[in-house]
Amino acid sequence: MNPMAITNDVVLRAKDCDIYYGSYRAVRDVSVDIPQHKVTAFIGPSGCGKSTVLRCFNRLNDLIEVFHLKGKMTYHGQDLYAADVDPVEVRRRIGMVFQKPNPFPKTIYDNIAYGPRISNYQGDMDELVETSLRRAALWDEVKDKLQESGFSLSGGQQQRLCIARTIAVQPEVVLMDEPCSALDPISTLKVEELMKELTQDYTIIIVTHNMQQATRVADYTAFFNAEVVEGAGGKVGYLAEFDETQKIFSDPALQETRDYVTGRFG
Amino acid sequence: MIANSAMDSFNSQSLKINKASRRSLFNAVMTGLAGLCILAALVPLALVLFYVTVNGFNRLDLDLFTQLPPAPGLQGGGIANAIVGTLIVVAIATLIAVPIGVLCAIWLAEFGGDETSIDEWVRFGVNILAGVPSIISGVFIYGLMVKPALPGYSALAGGVALAVLMLPTIIRTTDEALKIVPQDIRWAALGVGASKYQMVLKVVLPAAVPAILTGVTLAVARAAGETAPLIFTALFSPFWPNGITNPIASLAVLVYNFATLPFKPQQELAWAASLILVLLVLVSSITARLVTRKR
Repeated sequence: MNPMAITNDVVLRAKDCDIYYGSYRAVRDVSVDIPQHKVTAFIGPSGCGKSTVLRCFNRLNDLIEVFHLKGKMTYHGQDLYAADVDPVEVRRRIGMVFQKPNPFPKTIYDNIAYGPRISNYQGDMDELVETSLRRAALWDEVKDKLQESGFSLSGGQQQRLCIARTIAVQPEVVLMDEPCSALDPISTLKVEELMKELTQDYTIIIVTHNMQQATRVADYTAFFNAEVVEGAGGKVGYLAEFDETQKIFSDPALQETRDYVTGRFG
Repeated sequence: MIANSAMDSFNSQSLKINKASRRSLFNAVMTGLAGLCILAALVPLALVLFYVTVNGFNRLDLDLFTQLPPAPGLQGGGIANAIVGTLIVVAIATLIAVPIGVLCAIWLAEFGGDETSIDEWVRFGVNILAGVPSIISGVFIYGLMVKPALPGYSALAGGVALAVLMLPTIIRTTDEALKIVPQDIRWAALGVGASKYQMVLKVVLPAAVPAILTGVTLAVARAAGETAPLIFTALFSPFWPNGITNPIASLAVLVYNFATLPFKPQQELAWAASLILVLLVLVSSITARLVTRKR
């Protein structure tokens, strides 16, 4: 497939990446350029490697012992998987919001403050907490109960708390792994509005099962698919097509993309 | 449209409770049996508490908590030095066992797990240590610290002997407590750019503290009542504690010494000491529960 030319600056780039768990190749041929200050969506049926690729961007797959990556992933041109790169520093610049809200068992204030504290943030912590909560559209709902536990919030609020926690460390990129799949429609709407506002300061990559969500929030979309192979695991994922969202959903280049977005499978 | 004949042939009796069925009887019998077992488990506890209270309660007075034990056969006096001694020896043991035990468990739960790791050997060793008879721990410390006069019969040696007994409990319960912390939270911490020790120290450990405290309380309760190790290490002293490098009195050893003396006052003191010991364990357990409930 032809990688399209992006007119914005490219923040993250993957070139001919293959992802292995031991000797089992889970995802092949991933080449994608993530543009700055835009929302890029990864869509595709279950099990084709979208979340796996997402986790590669912030070195979170390192936690899985048998994982290794072939190919090149760069951040502002610098190889993310070079031997002298510190994964902890990578994660401070590329943050992540997970599918299930996972606030720390601490107060709301401490949830937000944890990240900056461990990065030796020297400025006014109260101000940073307030800014992060405002940006996550949660300030008005929690400003009077900052000392209560993170778990005292509803699911949608917890997820926004996790988003606030992630942006408190002021990363450049925010990776979101199906952030709304555990939320009700109203919370989903709030989080989606949030995403659009966040692009002013951050770059966002979102994995989503919900095609309509991709059309609502994403500027660019990457469609992943999977095919059957012999051997352990039985299938391998791959990046089929990557283009502007509008193009993917109205006039995709590949037949399989067209089949997926029109609901013929997946 | 359901045919009426289908409705007529439905037997409404089949839905009703049938107390005489085999299943119901089996249910009732097993419930009764389980109830009896609960009683069987609680009765010894109740009897011990009752017996100790009845025999020891009369001896409770201010002197008990403030005076030294009297000479054999004489009335009066108290067990104040034994109370203080138990607190000191258990404190030494806790100060040694808790940091070592918690750090060991953190290593096992968070940092082990590679193919080259010695995890399973460490856990195996801990399990064996848990089964070591307490007198062996006493004899071991006797050989290590008492005989070579390092520093000889002392509160310190007693504390170390008790620490050896506390260690397996603390390691095992801390290990379990850390395993229970959900994986989500670890990933969340790493996701905001925490290094491994920052994640463990500031996120995982605080989340596991209630369970760890319970484990520590269990270990402390066990240590407070151990007699065999202390006989060889802390010995006994009829005087006030005189530094930690000298023999020291303790409630457990006092009970051991006094219970079999042919003098009534000493026997009464032994009962009173038993009651105090039981109350000490009870109070520390309740405190631990209260502290962890607030979280």
